[in-house]
Amino acid sequence: MSFREEHELHKRRFGRNLGVALVLVSFIVIVFGLTVVKVTRGDYEPENASIQRGQ
Amino acid sequence: MSDASINTQAKAAHGDAEFGDYFALLKPRVMSLVVFTAAVGLLAAPGSVHPFVAFCAILFIAVGGGASGALNMWYDADIDRVMARTKKRPIPAGTVSEGEAFAIGIALSGFSVVMLGLAANWVAAALLAFTIFFYVVIYTMWLKRWTPQNIVIGGAAGAFPPMIGWAVVTGGISIESLLMFTLTFMWTPPHFWALCLFMKSDYKDAGVPMLHVTHGRRVTRNHILVYTLLLAVVAIGMAFTGVGGPIYLTTALILNGLFVAGAISIWRRDEEVSEADGYKREKAFFALSLLYLFLHFGAILAEATLAPYGYGGW
Repeated sequence: MSFREEHELHKRRFGRNLGVALVLVSFIVIVFGLTVVKVTRGDYEPENASIQRGQ
Repeated sequence: MSDASINTQAKAAHGDAEFGDYFALLKPRVMSLVVFTAAVGLLAAPGSVHPFVAFCAILFIAVGGGASGALNMWYDADIDRVMARTKKRPIPAGTVSEGEAFAIGIALSGFSVVMLGLAANWVAAALLAFTIFFYVVIYTMWLKRWTPQNIVIGGAAGAFPPMIGWAVVTGGISIESLLMFTLTFMWTPPHFWALCLFMKSDYKDAGVPMLHVTHGRRVTRNHILVYTLLLAVVAIGMAFTGVGGPIYLTTALILNGLFVAGAISIWRRDEEVSEADGYKREKAFFALSLLYLFLHFGAILAEATLAPYGYGGW
């Protein structure tokens, strides 16, 4: 037995919260993905790092 | 007061808009044009970027375009409440408050510019920031309520995305990206004025000085023809640049032939003739204008895609 009546307002809030959650999760995935791409391509490596590795 | 209005006011008072209402603030249909033209600019540019960076760059450009749409809806809420076409937008409908729209617009503007700068480069980010500034401040706040040439100059805001896409790859501006900008810039006036001719809009009540309201429909028909002829020169000229080729030239010749013929047909008609057939030619011209821009950018994309296989370009 439910103590709280499900109102249309709750459905609307749930949809909005779910949307915000998906946006935030997508943002995390994007930042993580960009970090992986940038780091593996060596965008943030110091210029002398490659020289040191070559020695 | 109707039940519907009580309901929408109740929603606004409680700030319980649905997620879709916030998404509608970003003008999704305009965003689709932004995404397409920016993607073509990015793919046609010489050089390459990582596919994930390209995806993120297009996403941030789209978010930036959406943010400027939200700020436009915030500033133009008074106009939107008057006009039948815009009455159902989230702010006039009462689902989203003006303050919320402003906050979302500002937050997403800053977010999209910074993220594009970090993901791609700061030239692309600066162009995106300028696009948002141009659309919100120059067009929405200044030109729209001041001059009947509002759509001509304001059209620049919608023309920047291919330039931004190009800058994501090259980190700069070139003649090809400027021509892609000019193509959309010159296309906007005839496209929009054709819509104005057959849409019984209420710009006059809203106090927006559109050309057909201030100077009449005859002058609007003349303007459509002049801008279409200038557009044809730009569109066909682009075929002989780095982004052009036989596919683009063929597409441009056919489409511009049809577009100029349509503009001449509109120019030769008067209101009586147009009203008699329910603005058939004007509606056909407007529908062709949508196809026109899509196919021109599609041809640029085809040239860029086929070039590595020896088919695209000259």
